[in-house]
Amino acid sequence: MRLRYPDTIRIVRVPCTGKVDIVHILRSFEKGADGVYVVGCMEGDCRYNRGNLRARKRVAEARRILDLVGIGGERVQMFNLSSAEGPRFAQIALEMTEKIRALGPNPIKEKKNKMAA
Amino acid sequence: MIVADRKPIEEIIEYIKDANKVLIVGCNECVTVCEAGGKKEVGVLASALRMYFMNQGKDIKIDEVTLERQCDHEYLEEIRNIIDQYQAVVSLACGVGVQFMSEKYFQTPVFPGVNTCFMGVTEERGVWSERCQGCGQCILATTGGICPVSRCAKRLFNGPCGGSSKGMCEIGGEVPCAWQIIIDRLTALGRLDDYEKLAPIKDWSKERAGGPRKVVREDVRQ
Repeated sequence: MRLRYPDTIRIVRVPCTGKVDIVHILRSFEKGADGVYVVGCMEGDCRYNRGNLRARKRVAEARRILDLVGIGGERVQMFNLSSAEGPRFAQIALEMTEKIRALGPNPIKEKKNKMAA
Repeated sequence: MIVADRKPIEEIIEYIKDANKVLIVGCNECVTVCEAGGKKEVGVLASALRMYFMNQGKDIKIDEVTLERQCDHEYLEEIRNIIDQYQAVVSLACGVGVQFMSEKYFQTPVFPGVNTCFMGVTEERGVWSERCQGCGQCILATTGGICPVSRCAKRLFNGPCGGSSKGMCEIGGEVPCAWQIIIDRLTALGRLDDYEKLAPIKDWSKERAGGPRKVVREDVRQ
């Protein structure tokens, strides 16, 4: 298929989205990520039954915490698609990149650099 | 186990906002099981606080450590060499751990990171409910293993009140009537005759009403 999607995205592979914890999402922002999205299988199609449902709840909790600390919960999102949906994967990557670009950089990244200077 | 619930992050921010270096201390026992103050929750809270203060332009260093327990000297001793570096400690242990740490490290402010709720069970993941109030004089032998002190809203000892309806307590909120469960259980055990026996007046001085309590065992004391 050789589809193109923005090269600003760094993919972190996990065996199942059920492996993704709130702290993984938070630490990415702490380290300067501008946005994070979790791509899981379709709901009801989890090989481990509830992995993607657990991830959905964790993403929601991470959003709540990021709103509280002033980073903005809208920078995190969960998507569900099957492994046969390559074009949709590329489409989501593009949409998410545009969304985060519009939101601007992670507010703490700048402050972190200022503090270090 | 002792069941606790997470405190709002805003409340914890208020406690520590004037410190430069803060230690978040988790506990590997009960609060880990009820997912309020274990290593994972320490990581989430520390990360959230770091981001909050960084976003405010405040340079506060926040470190993390999780001890095996915070209610025993030997585990609390593990932080003796590092605690002096911190202007504030947030303990995610139950109230017992927070207090024991405060007693031990008298010069360091220790703040609670959770709201300690009760002694209870995990009904299912994410649902915890009360089972024991530590009344100091256990009567479970006569009530079929169901406790009217902790599970009856009125702490009745000789059968239900008039507010028991279809097995539920009148206080609402889906609370089952403890006496309905006691009677069901005594029936299942073939011991319903015990229900007829009057319970003697309970010695409440052994409960919290008698002031702070202590257990001293000379046979194991050093």
